[in-house]
Amino acid sequence: MLSTILDGLSLGAIYALIALGYTMVYGIAKMLNFAHGDIIMVGAYAILVTLNANGHPFLAVIAAVLVCMILGIIIEKVAYKPLRGASPLAVLITAIGVSYLLQSVAQLIFGSKSQAVTITTAKMVKIASAEFNLNTILTLVVGAIIMIVLTLFIKFTRTGRAMQAVSEDRGAAQLMGVNVNKIIMITFAIGSALAACAGVFYLMQIPSVSPTLGSMPGIKAFAAAVIGGIGSIPGAMLGGVLLGVVEKLALNVPVLAPYANAIVFALLIIILLVRPIGLLGKKRREKV
Amino acid sequence: MAMLEVKDLAVYYGVIQAIKGISFEVNQGEIVTLIGANGAGKTTTMQSIMGLIPIREGTVTYEGKNITKMPSHKIVEMGMTQCPEGRRIFQELSVYDNLLMGAFALKDKKGIKDDIEKIYTRFPRLEERKNQIAGTLSGGEQQMLAMGRALMSHPKLLMMDEPSMGLSPLLVDQVFEIIKDINNDGTTILLVEQNAGKSLAISDRAYVLETGKIVLTGTGKELMESEDVKKAYLGG
Repeated sequence: MLSTILDGLSLGAIYALIALGYTMVYGIAKMLNFAHGDIIMVGAYAILVTLNANGHPFLAVIAAVLVCMILGIIIEKVAYKPLRGASPLAVLITAIGVSYLLQSVAQLIFGSKSQAVTITTAKMVKIASAEFNLNTILTLVVGAIIMIVLTLFIKFTRTGRAMQAVSEDRGAAQLMGVNVNKIIMITFAIGSALAACAGVFYLMQIPSVSPTLGSMPGIKAFAAAVIGGIGSIPGAMLGGVLLGVVEKLALNVPVLAPYANAIVFALLIIILLVRPIGLLGKKRREKV
Repeated sequence: MAMLEVKDLAVYYGVIQAIKGISFEVNQGEIVTLIGANGAGKTTTMQSIMGLIPIREGTVTYEGKNITKMPSHKIVEMGMTQCPEGRRIFQELSVYDNLLMGAFALKDKKGIKDDIEKIYTRFPRLEERKNQIAGTLSGGEQQMLAMGRALMSHPKLLMMDEPSMGLSPLLVDQVFEIIKDINNDGTTILLVEQNAGKSLAISDRAYVLETGKIVLTGTGKELMESEDVKKAYLGG
């Protein structure tokens, strides 16, 4: 039971890291970046390429983070920035287009077959007479650290405050002298770096990469962001962890195991029925 | 040369022309008011000057520089900002963080703490509530915060959009006192108000805006005595 909960928390940390990208971009740029899941896939291929070139696993992680950050910034500049002020539907369709573009390019370069990627071999550790997978614990601890650092960054730095301000009232933030384009660029860079980290942890659990790698964790993390209340940073963390734990618990019960994914999305539907703005979502304030 | 010079400004929302070629100027040290009914284009004028709404035709010159197409954050860095209509404070940030946001454009970071102290001296209520989330402030306190936040960027020219809106008569008087104070401290002010009587009384000059056009201009005193203004804006 304890080890299932730990597994769930660590999967939840992965979902939470991805969900943070969705929710931050939604809060600040007011758009759903449906190509976000595919950033994970690009990061995974960056790891594959580095490892194949006999790069150290640590170097591979750095490469993944850098590649994803740069890719996030380029996608925003080329695909989304020209559409600022366009209808939300146009932006949404563009994001879906970017998603397919990334998958197709990956397929062109690497082929459609899955390839094995081993960042670390799983080691078991014994804590209090129970055995745990070291990768699970690593994911949990590093994931938590990343989220704490992000929270502190948003709360206590000049850039973090500007991100909160843009998220709440873009026009008022501009009147303070905030360069909104720069803040949106930083948001995409941070969101993509988080996705790269999530990708690393994901590969530590399922050590293979294919062009559609990002789809499932992407869509689940999006569900997590909505469950937590899209636009809310603590909400994305809570939603991600909740989803991860529910999924692992379901997988652990033989009768429920085949329906684990269905249960995860049923959770989304139930929570939206009870609380349409998500668990920690805020009602849009009325303008006085 | 005027500090702010607006020439033949035209602004459109889609195909609808909201501002139909207006020209006016604000000189250093003045309080200038734009008065006009709802929908006359006062807020649109201010927002387009600040770069929040694109300008279709005409030019805006500030301190001799053409800022017509300049992004808002660059304009703020040049020393002009706006205290917007409806206050628009950051409701989810603390009072203190709102004031810090006001200083976002400042290059010199050292003076910010001192500046916040100065704001607290001017608005003691803000100091009492400095750690409170701004959304929990009363309407009057929010207006104080909006003004304090705008002052944090050391504006040479401050545009204020309906600062007295929605406030009790007592607070309205207080707001106009503060505007005079700010002006006495050396900040030039461009004011937009529906309270024509009170704003004309403190204005050096004023312009009357009607459906996107300037129809009348003069000193505050002249306009207060004008029959047209009396009939349309001063209730008699």
